[in-house]
Amino acid sequence: MSLLEAHSVTKTFAGISALNEVSLEVDSGELVGLIGPNGAGKTTFFNCLLGLLKPDGGSIRFDGKDLTRVPTHGRARLGIARTFQRIELFVGMTPRQHFLVADRVRTGRGALWKDLIHRGGPTRDEQARAQTTVDLLGLGAVADRPVESLSLGVGRLVEIGRALATQPRIVLLDEPSSGLDRGETAELAETLKTVHREHGTAILLVEHDVELVRTFVNRVYVLDFGTLIASGETASVFAEGAVRKAYLGDVV
Amino acid sequence: MTDVLGAVIRGLSFGSVYALLAVGLVLTYRTTGVFNLAFGPQAFLASAIFYDTHVTHHWPIYLALLFAVGVMSPLVGIVLERGLFRYLRTAGETAKLVSVLGLFVALPQMVILWFGPNAKDNGVGIVGHTGTVTYSPIHNVFVSRDDIAIIVTGLAVFIGLTAMLRYSAIGLRMRAVVESPRLTELAGVNADRSSMVSWIMSSAVAGIAGVLLTPVFAGQVVYSSYETLVIAAIAAAVVGGLGSIPLAYAGGLGLGVLQQILDRYLPTQSVFASGLRPALPFVVLFLVLIFSPKSTLRRAVSDPLSGVDPPPPAPAHLDRSATLTNATRGVGIVFFAGIAYYLFFHANDSWVDLAVRAAILSVIFLSVTVITGFAGQISLCQATFAAIGACATGQLATNQGLSVIPAMFVGAIIAAAVGALVAIPALRLGGIFLSLATLAFAFFFDHVLLNYSWIGGGSLPIAAPRPLMGSISFNSDKAFLVLTLIILTLVSIAVIWVRSGTTGQYLDAMRGSEVGAASIGINRNRARIVAFALSAAIAGLGGGLFASYERAANVDAHFAPEFGLVWIVLVVTLGSRTVEGAINAAIGFVFFEAVVLPTWIPFIIDHVQPWYHMSSLPAGLQPILFGLGAFTYAKHPEGILEFQKRRSLARIQALIDHFKRGGPAGATSSGVSDSKGPSVAAAGAGGQP
Repeated sequence: MSLLEAHSVTKTFAGISALNEVSLEVDSGELVGLIGPNGAGKTTFFNCLLGLLKPDGGSIRFDGKDLTRVPTHGRARLGIARTFQRIELFVGMTPRQHFLVADRVRTGRGALWKDLIHRGGPTRDEQARAQTTVDLLGLGAVADRPVESLSLGVGRLVEIGRALATQPRIVLLDEPSSGLDRGETAELAETLKTVHREHGTAILLVEHDVELVRTFVNRVYVLDFGTLIASGETASVFAEGAVRKAYLGDVV
Repeated sequence: MTDVLGAVIRGLSFGSVYALLAVGLVLTYRTTGVFNLAFGPQAFLASAIFYDTHVTHHWPIYLALLFAVGVMSPLVGIVLERGLFRYLRTAGETAKLVSVLGLFVALPQMVILWFGPNAKDNGVGIVGHTGTVTYSPIHNVFVSRDDIAIIVTGLAVFIGLTAMLRYSAIGLRMRAVVESPRLTELAGVNADRSSMVSWIMSSAVAGIAGVLLTPVFAGQVVYSSYETLVIAAIAAAVVGGLGSIPLAYAGGLGLGVLQQILDRYLPTQSVFASGLRPALPFVVLFLVLIFSPKSTLRRAVSDPLSGVDPPPPAPAHLDRSATLTNATRGVGIVFFAGIAYYLFFHANDSWVDLAVRAAILSVIFLSVTVITGFAGQISLCQATFAAIGACATGQLATNQGLSVIPAMFVGAIIAAAVGALVAIPALRLGGIFLSLATLAFAFFFDHVLLNYSWIGGGSLPIAAPRPLMGSISFNSDKAFLVLTLIILTLVSIAVIWVRSGTTGQYLDAMRGSEVGAASIGINRNRARIVAFALSAAIAGLGGGLFASYERAANVDAHFAPEFGLVWIVLVVTLGSRTVEGAINAAIGFVFFEAVVLPTWIPFIIDHVQPWYHMSSLPAGLQPILFGLGAFTYAKHPEGILEFQKRRSLARIQALIDHFKRGGPAGATSSGVSDSKGPSVAAAGAGGQP
């Protein structure tokens, strides 16, 4: 049984079919890519997985559990974390606070009465874990600055850190490399590999950077106009004619 | 049967006025994104002008009507648009709502300043004194000319507006502006002009409604009739999800008819029925909000180009340097120690009384800090939570024999429970709808629930004794001041801890990005319910204190729904994120009431008297000033005091830097180690990277 199982997910916006019976599976600890040209429905698919959008048809299961009636925050607590294409950071908070909040939600330690007797602050363990995340992503220099003062690339790292701080079983990354230069992208790939190696976190990656996809994931799905046109081993998919035509044509 | 028909006809004329206001509300909301609570006051203004010109100064009706509806009402719209709402078009929902609340609080008092607070009789409608002529088309069914005039005018305005929005070019532009003012401007439309047109039109509609309404209230012109009117209009507008003009019109008519029919057939004896009658609009509003499917209540309009806006400024306590925080606390402690010394050893009783009131209000205002400052929600029923605390304290202490201090805390818990109960159904609505639901609840409590003897104590306020702890009695005001200050300190610390604790962090995260917060597993509704309950508990505790201090839970005098509006406007204006802001607001409120009004204002009046005759003290000056103060919120969401303080500190900082670099004191101040200058500068520089 796969960790994440999407079966025939369909979504229509005002008559335009954004997703047309898309099925996808990610196993525990697997690295999977989801590619496709702009407007193919990749982000819509992510939003359906997380429950931000309600699919018109199909089902999504996580670890054998049907997610249809589980709200977004409930899905996050089950172990699905994500980043956003247009970053959604907590304006006014520092990266470290982002990680602390995410960690606190995961452990569910927060309660109002603890706040009222001044036991609501971060514990030593939580501080240490937040520091680990800061180090992992190399955010030491900016960890205590408000996120609105950071560049887009660093903001993406903070989002990834926040997602990882929930210790998810799967992370959905929505174009993590956009806004990053070559070197930063390579570093990011290294970081993600470390996380994957150490925690066995599965990763579903939506990405435009073909090079990153090619080296990073084992399997890949290709979306075009809301329809899955290919899937399989990364190398073989990239070799297929239809994929090259739809998406990779002038890149490869 | 003829009975019902008569009620329906009367209901239609009532309902036409509701419907007109509702249509105006929807028009401004759809075309400017502003939910204009001040529609009632605007209607009142037009009606007052009409009365003054036609009845008092004997202008002919058409001239008075033209002046009130065709000139003055649009003028008010123009002034509001030019002076205020133009700058709010791209502002957030909270900023818009706070500004409108300020207007809602200030405008009626400004009109009363000129028109006088007392009801004026013998007003007429647009058909003049012949309006009372009645026809009887069917046996025993009577229709007056006023009724006909109202129904026909309402229908005509409705049809005209709908047609204009749907078919005319300006209508199309107006609808486009609200979707995205920036996109519309990029497409070559002058967004300022469209928004101006819509304000002129909606203000004129409010004016017509106001003038039409006079005969419905038996020719009496008094503000209190217009206040409940706006709630009825809101209920009607919400029927159509604030989006549909035809539904709003139908909702208004339906509400009017329902009210008249209930008026005729409800039993007259029961407390519930007699309370329900005037409160029907609130009940309907609350029920419509709670039970309408989510899909009909649209989310706030989201601008596709909103990304071009700079991010909202960080909450005050985050970008405040450590120096500033410490300096604030230091100065605060010294200042209050000085005041305390004076109060306890030198001041007379009236100053002690003011201090107690300010401290109690500070506690209550901290509830606004929690719900608005931390959770970012505008609750309009904070006064009601205080009232619940006060009543519960009185009931428990007087009728159940509980000792007073435990009674206060139980009262706070009861208030928290009620707060959670109000919040649970209302929270899924969010934004403006949540605020409206709290407003409806506030008026519902005041008009209906309070009349039950087991809540409000019947005709007289319930007594509530002063606390007695063992041999310590809090009978004297000074002793009570000590108790109040202790409770204020405890609540302040709790609020600060909540802000830095889990709850505060979750709420901060949600303010930063709701989607992001959900994506890490924060349960939005749960966090908000916690905030609501905590806020209600704090308000309830303050209410209990007030009841004990006054020895009675006098809800009408201190916790009427209108107070809640003034409070929230004041706290938000001065600074809703900090404990300090709440305390400043409370001191300001009490000081103004007790010192400025009775002493300074007569002085000013004495000197103005030769030019402008003012017979009595203008009691409404407080809401006017506080209400107008709310307009600064859009520019300084951190609060004007916080803004001024930061600016002053920045200047002090610059001065220190100047002397350090090359000024005459430069060498000594950096050389001598015990000087305070360098350390302040270093900490300040560290705090502002």
